[in-house]
Amino acid sequence: MSARTLPGFRPALGFTIVYLSLLVLIPLTGVFLKSTGISWSQYWHIVSNARAVASYRLTLGAAGLAALINAGFGLLVAWVLVRYEFPGRRLIDALVDLPVALPTAVAGISLTSLYAENGWLGAMLAKVGIKVAFTPLGILVALTFIGLPFVVRTVQPVLQDLESEVEDVAASLGATRGQTFRRVIFPAVLPALITGTALAFARAIGEYGSVVFISGNLPFKTEMTTLLIMTKLEQYDYHGATALASVMLILSFVLLFAINLGQGWLRRRTGALQEAA
Amino acid sequence: MRARLFRGALITVALGFLALFLVMPLVAVFVQALEMGTGVYWAAVTESEALRAVGLTLIVAAFVVPLNTAFGIAAAWAIARFTFPGRQLLITLIDLPFAVSPVISGLVFVLLFGAQGLFGDWLAEHDIRIIFALPGMVLATMFVSVPFVARELIPVMEEQGAGAEEAAVALGASGWQMFRRVTLPSISWGLVHGVVLLTARAVGEFGAVSVVSGHIRGQTTTAPLHVEILYNEYQFAGAFAVASILTLFALVSLAAKRAIEWRLAHPQ
Repeated sequence: MSARTLPGFRPALGFTIVYLSLLVLIPLTGVFLKSTGISWSQYWHIVSNARAVASYRLTLGAAGLAALINAGFGLLVAWVLVRYEFPGRRLIDALVDLPVALPTAVAGISLTSLYAENGWLGAMLAKVGIKVAFTPLGILVALTFIGLPFVVRTVQPVLQDLESEVEDVAASLGATRGQTFRRVIFPAVLPALITGTALAFARAIGEYGSVVFISGNLPFKTEMTTLLIMTKLEQYDYHGATALASVMLILSFVLLFAINLGQGWLRRRTGALQEAA
Repeated sequence: MRARLFRGALITVALGFLALFLVMPLVAVFVQALEMGTGVYWAAVTESEALRAVGLTLIVAAFVVPLNTAFGIAAAWAIARFTFPGRQLLITLIDLPFAVSPVISGLVFVLLFGAQGLFGDWLAEHDIRIIFALPGMVLATMFVSVPFVARELIPVMEEQGAGAEEAAVALGASGWQMFRRVTLPSISWGLVHGVVLLTARAVGEFGAVSVVSGHIRGQTTTAPLHVEILYNEYQFAGAFAVASILTLFALVSLAAKRAIEWRLAHPQ
């Protein structure tokens, strides 16, 4: 692959590195530089005060739950789209990418109008005493919407590659449908399922646009960390916003690192299993 | 018989989930936009502030899309055609913006160029505005959408291999000739695919732009920000009318994406 004869290596790499440094790397280090502008005790006070901690708890809880919902339903949707023929299948398959293509503000106001107490779904749910908009449940709905494509799109190609003959063989050897799923299909899609779920989780943690309208933004109750950062920015509290941003950045980087690491580990493990089989 | 029942049940549950989480929000946008009649809808989308917001969105995209496309092509060329120390690290760094919250993607530029930022005093002395102005909005949008084209092109170029390009160079083609006659035609569909995704994100970005825009009405409000302003002023019909334009654009880009994927899967 390393063709020394091809031209343009130095200018291409140089341009890439300069561009990335100016646009991404230097600006990001600014967050950590600004964080050092205050003393350690001030920093600790900002990132560990009760309102911030409540926002972390809500962010991690809602993002985690939304990612789990997407793990279950995303696997099901991917399975149905790959294995079954039904009218409208292609159209629905294309629509799965909608949460990525739709501006988050549009998703936010649309979900809010659906789940508000006078909305189509909100009115029905209000009758049985469930409030969605302006409660943590509303945040869960928005984060589920936004994370939906990640699990489906990582699991789908794996299911496509997994020949249905493998299942027929398992069935002909006397395996029940449940056994085939647990012993054959599930182990094969597990790495992709975990990766997709982690991607949905990572996306949900930093989400802002789809959440800001439906959450109601009540401190201690429905205030995600991104919303708290935004509030601090609107009050010109740059130190506060930056300190919280540094916590989120560290969490995102750890997550990114873990996803890469986990993918490698699972690839090796499943590779070894396949060789042993 | 039982297998068919099981199959039917799975399809029903999956479609139910998608109807609830995808189709209903999509339909709601158009129903709410047209609720007060087509007259109100037309007035809302042709109102001068709405048109200005759409115009500003297009201006931002006109800067972001060519720059990030050029970056993507250069990065893919270096990464897919050469080996060098730190190659894997560079791939990870290109993906980094996808792991950063949009709010933080905007915040980083406020910390650099805002009134209290690192270059704040210098910019004020020279009367240059970046934050709460167009340059900041372009920078924030560039940040969030930088990975799209490179991510798309690296696997395409790796799969194709360097054979044709090496042959062109061996036959005496200049670097530019090789790029235009050999590289570009062979990556064109992958490139278009990446540009579609990049454009959709550049047009629709909300969080990062919101932080750097300052929401100066009619001046620094892109279409997604205009939706927010109208909504917060309880002008729901207007908010959903502008939202419906953005939704239509999203649907068109999804259709284009599908068409390109089909073309990639069925080369002639």
